Amino acid sequence: MFKRFDTDAIFQRLALLAVAAFLIVVLALPLGTLFEKSFRDRDGVWVGLANWVRYLETPSLVGSLWNTIWVSALATAIVVPLAFVYAYALTRTTMRWRGLFRAVGLVPILAPSLLPAISLIYLFGNQGFARWMLMGETVYGPIGIVIAQVFYCFPHAFLILATALSIADKRHYEAASVLGAGQTRIFLTVTLPGVKYGLVSAFFVVFTLVATDFGIPKVIGGRFNVLATDIYKQVVGQQNFEMGAVVGMVLLLPAMLAFAVDRWVAKRQVALLTARAVPYEPKPNAIRDRALFAFCALIAACILTLLGVAVWASFIQYWPWNTALTLRHYVFSNADASGWEAYWNSLQMSALVATFGTAAIGVGAWLVEKTKGAGILRGAVHLLAMIPLAVPGLVLGIAYIFFFNAPSNPLGFVYGTMAILVLNTIAHFYTVAHLTSLQALKQMDPEFESVSASLKVSVWRTAWRVTLPVASPAALDVWFYMFVNSMTTVSAVVFLYGPFTKLASVSIVNMDEAGFTASAAAMGVVVVLTSGFAKILHSLLAAYLAKRTQAWRAR
Amino acid sequence: MAHLKIENLTKRFGGFTAVREASFEVAQGEFVCLLGPSGCGKTTLLRMIAGLETASAGRILQNGAEMTHLPPSKRDFGIVFQSYALFPNLTVSDNVAYGLRSKGVARADMAKRVDELLTLVGLPGEARKYPAQLSGGQQQRVALARALAIQPGLLLLDEPLSALDARVRQHLRHEIRALQRRLGVTTIMVTHDQEEGLTMADRIAVMNAGAIEQFAAPAELYARPATPFVADFVGTTNFLPATFVAPGRVAAAGRELAADTPAGLAPGAKLRICVRPEDVAVRDVGPGAPNRLETKVGELVFMGAFSRARLDAGGGVALQADFSANLLRDRAIAEGVSLAVALPPERLRVFAD
Repeated sequence: MFKRFDTDAIFQRLALLAVAAFLIVVLALPLGTLFEKSFRDRDGVWVGLANWVRYLETPSLVGSLWNTIWVSALATAIVVPLAFVYAYALTRTTMRWRGLFRAVGLVPILAPSLLPAISLIYLFGNQGFARWMLMGETVYGPIGIVIAQVFYCFPHAFLILATALSIADKRHYEAASVLGAGQTRIFLTVTLPGVKYGLVSAFFVVFTLVATDFGIPKVIGGRFNVLATDIYKQVVGQQNFEMGAVVGMVLLLPAMLAFAVDRWVAKRQVALLTARAVPYEPKPNAIRDRALFAFCALIAACILTLLGVAVWASFIQYWPWNTALTLRHYVFSNADASGWEAYWNSLQMSALVATFGTAAIGVGAWLVEKTKGAGILRGAVHLLAMIPLAVPGLVLGIAYIFFFNAPSNPLGFVYGTMAILVLNTIAHFYTVAHLTSLQALKQMDPEFESVSASLKVSVWRTAWRVTLPVASPAALDVWFYMFVNSMTTVSAVVFLYGPFTKLASVSIVNMDEAGFTASAAAMGVVVVLTSGFAKILHSLLAAYLAKRTQAWRAR
Repeated sequence: MAHLKIENLTKRFGGFTAVREASFEVAQGEFVCLLGPSGCGKTTLLRMIAGLETASAGRILQNGAEMTHLPPSKRDFGIVFQSYALFPNLTVSDNVAYGLRSKGVARADMAKRVDELLTLVGLPGEARKYPAQLSGGQQQRVALARALAIQPGLLLLDEPLSALDARVRQHLRHEIRALQRRLGVTTIMVTHDQEEGLTMADRIAVMNAGAIEQFAAPAELYARPATPFVADFVGTTNFLPATFVAPGRVAAAGRELAADTPAGLAPGAKLRICVRPEDVAVRDVGPGAPNRLETKVGELVFMGAFSRARLDAGGGVALQADFSANLLRDRAIAEGVSLAVALPPERLRVFAD
């Protein structure tokens, strides 16, 4: 018996090994180092659970654990119902301006989380013009955090719930009303069960987002401590890396729980809709539509107000004494030494992350989905690719410090460079991009590669001539997803920027810290404009692509 | 020499054996059909021949050369899948020409060759269209043209017609068969549709639970099924419980019948007699006719050109018989009448139970 491998198969294995090695270096090894670090002292001596015991015995640290839990729970309890009603209005009614409301509902995604917090300071801070609404309470603390988190998390919950609500089989509703069920009964027995997994998913996603967000508590938290700010203080403030590692591990818990729930939900959601389902078409209902229109208008107004306040604040001389318009807050060098450089760095990093990330993640997904053999290796790559979803940016950030800054690491030269920011950000957003690519590849006929082999055409040529063109809309989605997220992210990169690689979002943190709130708002506005521009460009490109390929996509 | 020789080919997925020691030979230019119910291993067998699955044991020889473990790209075959797997972003002509480039065909010759192929499959003038703009039957032809473009020594068809509606399917059956004859390309087709197999193939391998039960020409398969499974799967058949009496003699439906019996049976051994509904004789069944049975006509189901009758032979034994409209009229057969029928001994197949 003899075996002969073709060169294609050998190259595929090598490429798969390369992707696995990449994921191990940018994910598994840093996280492993972090885990190990939490059991060692400052000098690297193994101390077992000593750091953990010290953590539990420090009241301020345990206090922020409790703070994190209740603030996250409260914000979640507010944002999920709001997002549900908003999504319901957009998917299940015939009210007007649904497209506009959808766009406004997604606006917060374009902004760094710091931006709503800055707006809230202008509204309700010590000099805030709406301060009376708080009736003596201070916005610096849980109140500010919760309001800002509601703004920041709203689009995430909205997207999940809108997707869940848009999947509905008209026949279920017809059956229910034929059987004599009233509106309330139909809502409770058909609508809610249909979206229960979406609701579960939204609850956990929002809880995790709030618990692991760094920007908002940093800006508006005041003396109210949460886990995310603890890590920053321990690592950047006190250089207490061991305790930072422990807090990081604690912060992994909610994210890992959310991840497990999300996987569980994804498994159950599959059979919900059959291929023969008839899409639900909402019917007009004047009272319901008007009430929901009012609700959506209110939410949209709140979102636009928070955004508008930041824009306005960035253009006025000095709040509240001089409200004359000015551009001086956009001269960032007055507020932060890196000036506009931070913005260009962000732009450069986002473009690099989007370009290299889309390519690397696309190739990885292709190897996982479209090659044969090496089942264990392909499974391992897929598993590694799922990890980032369970790892908050802050945790990945300090893991990178421990791993890349270790003197013994031959890769240490990337520390403090643009390269580490790009690697870290690709790793941070890997999962969603991987799943999007995988989804696009799964929709393709699995026999393309078999046919090519029978026609003696190499798999690479088929990947280039068929797979890539067919998957191009997904590649475009992934590129812009990576780009916008890289523009707005702060949590991981705040630990990793070097003297020449400061980013716009980090600059916002620094300027806010130094009291240049208006400049911080201005930088936030520039980031929002950039993301918004990218989003519009994305829509135009997607429409162009759809038009150009219409002939062969027609069914 | 056989064009393709399969020797004891086996495929195991973990503890599950999908194909069990399959052996058969395909002559040059022959059309062979792998027929069986879903899950019988026919597609796995085809994919091993294509090199898309690796064989766990056994050998595959093409023109005498072993190719059991060659990758698909090193083998000589063209393939058409059930889904056609046409490249959606390429035009019909680019799809057909896809394999020509790797064969080093010059650009000018390529266009000519594509035209020839499209004419061959009956699609001239559709070269500029995309697959999504074609009907299912047309897409199937493009897939066939693409597979034939590289002039493969072996053509593999994986349920090529099952995604089409009945009328197109019947039409394409004849076309594919005629094309295959004209080109003389050795062909193996997988199908679960017995009618497709019977009408198209030179020889059929009937598969069940991973094993080939019988490999024979369609007429032989129908008239002399080798196993009860083949008798049941190909065509319609009656199974009568019986016991062995003596060589050439069996007992069924309360009486003794003459039939060819397998060797090596002990008296009293349990048997199954197999008889096709159309082989139940009514004409010339005199009192002394061999294997005569007195029956009563039960239900009579109109099937168009013939009617299928359920005949009660007493002792709880029932059998189905097909009677032409002519016969029904001549003999005044109706529900409830008594009818003497004969089971011609040469038409009975006896299997040990």
